[in-house]
Amino acid sequence: MSATYERERVGFFTDTSVCIGCKACEVACKEWNLVPQDGQEWTGESYDNTSQLDANTWRHVAFVEQEKPLRTNGDGGVGIRWLMESDVCKHCTHAACLDVCPTGSLFRTEFGTVVVQEDICNGCGYCVPACPFGVIDKRHLPATTDPPPLFLGKKEDGRVWKCTLCYDRLKGGHEPACAKACPTKSIQFGPLDELRQRADERLAKLQRDGWNGAQLYGRDPDDGVGGFGAFFLLLDDPEVYGFPPDPVVTTAHLPQMYRTMASAAAAIVVGVAAAFIGGRS
Amino acid sequence: MSENGYRSYYGRPVIKEPTWTWEIPTYFFTGGLAGASSVLSLTAKLARNEKLSRTSLYVGAAADAVSPMLLVSDLGRPERFHHMLRVLKVTSPMNLGAWVLLVSGGASNTAALLELLGWLKPVKLAAETVAALAGPPLATYTGVLVADTAVPVWHEARHELPWIFGASAAASAGAAACMFLDPESAGPARRLAVGGVAAEGGLMQGVSIRLGETGEVYRRGAARTFAWAAKTLAGTGAAILAARGGKSRRAAAVGGAMVLAGELCLRWSVFKAGFQSARDPKYTVKPQRERLQAPGRG
Repeated sequence: MSATYERERVGFFTDTSVCIGCKACEVACKEWNLVPQDGQEWTGESYDNTSQLDANTWRHVAFVEQEKPLRTNGDGGVGIRWLMESDVCKHCTHAACLDVCPTGSLFRTEFGTVVVQEDICNGCGYCVPACPFGVIDKRHLPATTDPPPLFLGKKEDGRVWKCTLCYDRLKGGHEPACAKACPTKSIQFGPLDELRQRADERLAKLQRDGWNGAQLYGRDPDDGVGGFGAFFLLLDDPEVYGFPPDPVVTTAHLPQMYRTMASAAAAIVVGVAAAFIGGRS
Repeated sequence: MSENGYRSYYGRPVIKEPTWTWEIPTYFFTGGLAGASSVLSLTAKLARNEKLSRTSLYVGAAADAVSPMLLVSDLGRPERFHHMLRVLKVTSPMNLGAWVLLVSGGASNTAALLELLGWLKPVKLAAETVAALAGPPLATYTGVLVADTAVPVWHEARHELPWIFGASAAASAGAAACMFLDPESAGPARRLAVGGVAAEGGLMQGVSIRLGETGEVYRRGAARTFAWAAKTLAGTGAAILAARGGKSRRAAAVGGAMVLAGELCLRWSVFKAGFQSARDPKYTVKPQRERLQAPGRG
């Protein structure tokens, strides 16, 4: 399935085989998008103290230490490798967050990306468990703008936040901050079709060279979310990096769920009517 | 990292837990109570059981009035609650639910007010009819709402959840009417409560088995405690209603209250199960990995 957008659909190809774990993307993202800091915790999980994507982290570099050779053709060296991968919102072709958003705050931009309108979001939180990747989340930090209204107000920000694929920079003709800052071109930004072609070539080369476990993740437009706008070249199975191996947009089953609901709703009427039959009252 | 037949990133969850707080499972209960009560009220009216009709009308209106307050209170930005109504969006069960609740609550509260004042009988009947039409979707859409997420124990139960929530709503409406009504007029409400509890209990038992490993969260932690409380309270309450509810007003009040408490616990059990299911990467990764490795898939 291919959708048309007002502008050419753009995205990220994150090639983890050249990621050096410098976290420049995390920093650049925070700086450009004024993403607040949310504390620091030493996890002991390799070099990763960021841990996950959430409302206050829109790029996250994962680190995995493995006792596996980098290559399968005997060139693998000592049999230890260090996987690094910069995670980000996938900007799905079929985006569950966008589908379930009850206010229309989440929308599809002219670039084919998925963005939250923060002046619309009322913090209902439906998108949070709807995302099959655990990307979008509610911000519990204190609100930075307007003081909360007297009665209906809350002290925390209360809205959901995630990567915008630097919507403002795209509008100005610039590439997103993370891609701009990436020193190894692990994060590549561009028209999606072009990125897919480039990824295919890169994968073919790595496979020729015997790289262990090289695979594309989210490149296929026929997958459960219609392909990612931001897809990856990984060196092991997706779940090793904290990804779901076979994500499916939850709304794919919505028509069937509505049919089930219609039957259950009818059953209430039948059940109530039945309660009046037989027995005196 | 290859423990128990699946791999993960330091055991961290793949998906996010919901951010919803206590208001949401409570609303699942009050919304269901409101929806089924409106149906019970109009049906009683058609069956010329005026006392039951009036009782359920008031119960439905009260539950309909509490529901939006609970929902607004859960929002991160409560002052923007009306943003729910700036669009009509079929892909969002929450959006459709907000519209249904608006119609149901407006109609049932109009009818209850007119009943109280004894004014405008035809308008009241129209309002009762609208409330009764909005009732069944109101009582069941919440099952779709939770099923339409990436939470494994909710999404995989999508065939059952609307039925479970609907049966629970019917049981609640019957039980609430029993509590406030003389036993002679409450016959249909009693049968509805007992039948609803039986249906809900059977469905719940069935789904937690059908879900296999995904359903094991119902046998762990808070979900298990609430499931046990739901079964015990609703079961005992229904038994009391069936045995003594037709004779003793006190037994009807006790039995009705126990069924209501049980159905509230049921919503909490489903709610908590979702959090437990989201928290453990096993429930997300394992079925997906197995799906990929099934014959016929790449």
